Amino acid sequence: MGGMRVLLVDDEPELVHTMAERLEIRDFEVDAVTSGAAALEKIKSEAYDVVVIDLKMPGMSGHAVMTAVRVEHPRLPIILLTGHGAAEDDEENADLDQACAYLFKPINIDELIRTMRECVKVDE
Amino acid sequence: MSTPGKKSRLKEWWEEEPGLDKSLFRYRRLWVSIVVSTALVSILPLVIMVLTNYYQYQKAFEKEVRYPIQLLASNARRSLEFFLNERLSAMDFIVHDKAYEDLVDQKRLTRIFRILKDNHRDFIDIGVIEASGIQRSYVGPYGLQNKNYSKQDWFKETLLRGRSVSDVFLGFRRFPHFAIALRGVNEDGAAFVLRATFDAEILASMREAEGRKASRDTFIVNHKGVLQTPSKAYGKILARAPLSVPPPAGETTVKEWTGDDGKIHILGYAYIKSSPYIYMVTEERETLLTTWFSLRNKLVWFLGLSVVVIVLVILVGATSTVNRIREADDKRLALLHKVEYTAKMASIGRLAAGVAHEINNPLAIINEKAGLLKDLLTYAEDFPKKEKFLKNVDPIIDSVERCARITRRLLRFAKHMDIRREPINLEHLLKEVLGFLEKESAYRNLQVAIDVREGVPVIESDRGRLQQVFLNIINNAFGAVDEGGRIDISIAQEGDSHVSVTVRDNGVGIPPEHLDHIFEPFFTTKEKHGTGLGLSITYGIVEKLGGKITVDSQVGQWTRFTVILPVKHETSGRAEDGRNASTAG
Repeated sequence: MGGMRVLLVDDEPELVHTMAERLEIRDFEVDAVTSGAAALEKIKSEAYDVVVIDLKMPGMSGHAVMTAVRVEHPRLPIILLTGHGAAEDDEENADLDQACAYLFKPINIDELIRTMRECVKVDE
Repeated sequence: MSTPGKKSRLKEWWEEEPGLDKSLFRYRRLWVSIVVSTALVSILPLVIMVLTNYYQYQKAFEKEVRYPIQLLASNARRSLEFFLNERLSAMDFIVHDKAYEDLVDQKRLTRIFRILKDNHRDFIDIGVIEASGIQRSYVGPYGLQNKNYSKQDWFKETLLRGRSVSDVFLGFRRFPHFAIALRGVNEDGAAFVLRATFDAEILASMREAEGRKASRDTFIVNHKGVLQTPSKAYGKILARAPLSVPPPAGETTVKEWTGDDGKIHILGYAYIKSSPYIYMVTEERETLLTTWFSLRNKLVWFLGLSVVVIVLVILVGATSTVNRIREADDKRLALLHKVEYTAKMASIGRLAAGVAHEINNPLAIINEKAGLLKDLLTYAEDFPKKEKFLKNVDPIIDSVERCARITRRLLRFAKHMDIRREPINLEHLLKEVLGFLEKESAYRNLQVAIDVREGVPVIESDRGRLQQVFLNIINNAFGAVDEGGRIDISIAQEGDSHVSVTVRDNGVGIPPEHLDHIFEPFFTTKEKHGTGLGLSITYGIVEKLGGKITVDSQVGQWTRFTVILPVKHETSGRAEDGRNASTAG
């Protein structure tokens, strides 16, 4: 199922571009950026079906990016990624309510696609 | 009873090899020093007191023992002297009053003797001896007229000195008697001697009147030490007394002397004036001192018994004190071990979390790269050795998944302790924590005060963690103060949603350059004991409980730790805040 527009945000270029390429192979329309600021710029100019954000980034954290996105797009589905693997951790716990889903790195690509579809479907 | 337990505990710290564990050796030394110091303080004054009493009593008793002896000798001397003087003056009157002619006249002398005997019945006979030594006239039972006395000592002495009292002697009549003689002068200027004799029995009866007591011996000796009366100890009259004649003394004298049997006697003696007699009274010192000896025995018993009781009490007391100190130490040590263990676990947890987090990112890249390779191969139609490539990519992805499982496990371990929430009364909790340290504070005489302001609510938090936090802070405070130091703990409400607990000590304080680092891991000033983790863990726990911990200090004066805790547990609170913010936006 192609045609879905996805924005990937992660401070690790190798990771974010490889992921983008893999999604594109699967007919997704993907934009990849490596900072929270760049992500906000992109969201301003483009319309996305789903945004995938890494929580731990230098500068603007994933949490901050999400909060900022919510101002303009309260209903845009957001998936959070973490290398921390601690969903029940106090700080991240709070974000669960705002995020559509929460995935641990390393991610299985099929699981990511499944989650994105569920988020978009729920949203619609 | 509890003795077996006590004994085994005592054994534990008593019999352990000193080299194995120095702390055990310390308990033994502590025990010994408690016993020795307490014993010194309690027994020494007792011994000094008893010894002082002992010597004072002994002195008093010895003085008291001498007194009756002295009194007896004085009285005896007075009566003896009185007796002799009376006889002497009666005879003196006769010598001066009567003419020599009358005295040598047998009939007249008989009349004079009769008058004399009316007054003094103890006169045996009387005679007048002319200067040549021949007895001119004699009245008495022995028919001694014309006896010649010129060779006798008393006769010579009387002519020379004017008067004499003789030793007791047997003389011509073969029974013990003594004589009193006076010199007179007749009308022609020739000297003559008036002489009367007395039964020696009279001396014996006089000394006996005073000295009747079984353990006492009274007798009279002459200057040569010959007995003039019988003596209980030294035999019959005219025997030689075994004791040396004491030096002449004007007054009654009391002294001690050791007899042949080695026994000490108290001897009182008095020289009888104008006579060769010495009055003596002796008594064994031991019989005199029987009262003293029984008192002395009582004193010794009292001392011995008291010492035994005191020593027993000290031993039992010291043992139980050291046991209690040891128990308290054990308890504290166990707590500290627990805290240290928690600290260690926390630091391992942090390490694990760090490692897992750092590894996860490259792992994710490997995962994506391998995934992309697989994708490219899958979607490429005509790639040579396609099957072989695919077979090799899959294990990479599987290995990544394995690594990921390991890092997740590490992360789960890092969060090994879950925060629990229960209602907590901070005052009770702090008292509980102080209970752990009670022994130490009592031992070091520390003053610990808890002040609870009005209206402090019950908070919701993790009991075990809070105990750990306050134990650590109060333990630090204990470490900072000297003996007799002061620690003030106050609990107060801070706004609607927080309470504060302040622990202030008047100890050494913390220099400003240390204050900034005090909550950092591995920062310590206690170079030997501290791991440097205590306060960093405390900090971590307080943060985790949604609170804050701060410290301020004045070097050399005080240090104050303030812990601010939320009334409600924070996690839920922040979630609500977040939701509110989002809806507001």
